[in-house]
Amino acid sequence: MEADSNLTIVLLAMLAGAIRVSTPFLFVSLGECLTEKSGRINLGLEGTLVFGAMTAYAISYHSGSPWLGVLVAGFAGSLFGALHGYICKLPRVNDIAIGIALMLFGTGLAFFLGKAYIQPQAPRLPSIQLGGWSDNAQVQSALQINPLFLVGIALAVFLWWAFRNTRWGLIVRMTGDSAPAALAMGYSVNWVRFTATTVGGFCAGVGGAFLSLYYPGSWSEGLSSGQGLMAVALVIFARWNPLACFGAALLFGAAGALGPALQSIGVTQGYYFFNAAPYVLTLLIMIASTSPKRSLKGAPGELSITK
Amino acid sequence: MSKFDLSRRTLLKGSAALGAVGLTSGILPIRSALAAPLTIGIVYVGPRDDFGWNQAHAVAAEALKTIPDVTVVEEENVPETDSVSKSMESMIQLDGAGLIFATSFGYFDPFMLDMAKKYPDVEFRHAAGLWSDANPTNAGSYYGYLDQGHYIDGVAAGLSTTSNKLGFVAAKPIGTVLLNINSFLMGARKVNPDATVQVIFTGEWSLPVREAEATNALIDSGADVITCHVDSPKVVIETAEGRGVKTCGHNASQAPLAPNGFITGAEYKWITIYQQFADMLAKGEELPNFVRGGYDKDFVQNTAYGAGATPEAIAAADAAKADMKALKPIFVGPLKDNEGNVVIPAGTEHAPYDVWLEQTGFLVEGVVGSIT
Repeated sequence: MEADSNLTIVLLAMLAGAIRVSTPFLFVSLGECLTEKSGRINLGLEGTLVFGAMTAYAISYHSGSPWLGVLVAGFAGSLFGALHGYICKLPRVNDIAIGIALMLFGTGLAFFLGKAYIQPQAPRLPSIQLGGWSDNAQVQSALQINPLFLVGIALAVFLWWAFRNTRWGLIVRMTGDSAPAALAMGYSVNWVRFTATTVGGFCAGVGGAFLSLYYPGSWSEGLSSGQGLMAVALVIFARWNPLACFGAALLFGAAGALGPALQSIGVTQGYYFFNAAPYVLTLLIMIASTSPKRSLKGAPGELSITK
Repeated sequence: MSKFDLSRRTLLKGSAALGAVGLTSGILPIRSALAAPLTIGIVYVGPRDDFGWNQAHAVAAEALKTIPDVTVVEEENVPETDSVSKSMESMIQLDGAGLIFATSFGYFDPFMLDMAKKYPDVEFRHAAGLWSDANPTNAGSYYGYLDQGHYIDGVAAGLSTTSNKLGFVAAKPIGTVLLNINSFLMGARKVNPDATVQVIFTGEWSLPVREAEATNALIDSGADVITCHVDSPKVVIETAEGRGVKTCGHNASQAPLAPNGFITGAEYKWITIYQQFADMLAKGEELPNFVRGGYDKDFVQNTAYGAGATPEAIAAADAAKADMKALKPIFVGPLKDNEGNVVIPAGTEHAPYDVWLEQTGFLVEGVVGSIT
């Protein structure tokens, strides 16, 4: 009986963790998915995420409206995306190097401008209570869902649908798979990639807003701790499929909750190992899903890592 | 820029075969000279306004800035690596610092010790109880027994819980953290023999998302009072307040973050130490190598009681404060650790200033958790 209830606690904690922690992963990986589908890699999204988090917190604090903060964080993110898109358009520029530069620039600028916002408390995003049917406090808290989580799901489905079924989706995929084909069809490769990177940056900025305005819900310099980078890796893991991005984000959130949850029920040995669970999981799935007989399925042909 | 100058200068110094002593004493103001202008360098591991450890130091260090002829230079976000050596060296070389406060645990060995050997005319002080006679005499330690504050938190928490389960979010299983956890339990057990403390280690000093997850996990498993030992407790306190449970703070006052559930919190009172140092410097006196103390010397304090503190909890906590001021020991035998080994035999006790306290390497019986 004791074992049963402990298992329930861990499973519920992982479910709750998946819902609470996955949103930034989801937004960043969707943004990166769009960018990579157009044939470019933006490694700078970690910087965009941190800058978005700082901007959202600052705007929410000054204006009193967290939703305005989310919006401005998105626009700040799209500025970073546009900068990446513009620089990469120049001849003989490496998109990975620019991405790393922008990652450092974004975090550095956010730390510099964010000094004044570590102390104050900004209004946070509201949550929707979906657990009212249960009288278990743990279930109720697990099902407190932030609207951004739902927006993220809708966005994943929309991107998945749009890549397959719309003219714009086709153009983005074509640019990503073969620049000469896109040129032959009369589309500006640079313009498509610039737009895709800018929109991708917007998503990452919104992901940052979730971090500072909802969970964990305050601005500090250790806030992201590499989540933006993990999300970029998630895209490869999800094989450039927006729906799989959602699944991968949930899996990461759940794996991250494992360490604390196990300690809370008294499994206290080896917490460093359990805290590393998300990364171990990635490695295992990567190993299990690769094959020497074929290249990465679904990889856009123009990506500098696959070319 | 400055780094380049610095390394070139260091190189030139070496190749000119000049002793570091001779050269530096030529450049630097001599500290012992009464009322001579003095530059004090302070190095922080995180931002100065982190609602925690660094903020507690930075606020207190303001006392130093009020002394005439004293200039304070500060650098924040300095990692516990070679970077801290560079920061200290540039404070000495470029700003002419004659006294350095290194405020983070990992700065001590080897970085601060190496600098102390390289610059024997500069005084170095480190905020933890690590200095011993074997170390250079121009280095030293200062710190407070924060565990006394956690003990008082524990007393108040033990009377505030209904589930008898208290939660502790801890960063790393090192001596000072373990001592705080143990003292928190001892306080709770003093007033409530059924209380247990569930500890979750995050593995890092600052990791907001995991701290929030740990807090949620503790509450989900039944804990109804949460406290922590992490660098900036803001996330833990806010998350717990959001879940409607009570909280005890750490390092700085977190009372404004939890208007409903805040009980009290363990705080250093660095101002006492820095003010003492400031007074000694103003008089031109030598700083002692080893400064430590607790409630008896006003080096630690507890945050003013918040809305979460009941009258009984306040009364018991105030009584415990009087005990601490009277140097009453927290750890009295017989006492076992949480694996069943006897750590203090019957008839033995460990009062403040006993080095036993600093060597804590176990969790006492009643703490649910493991240090490996």
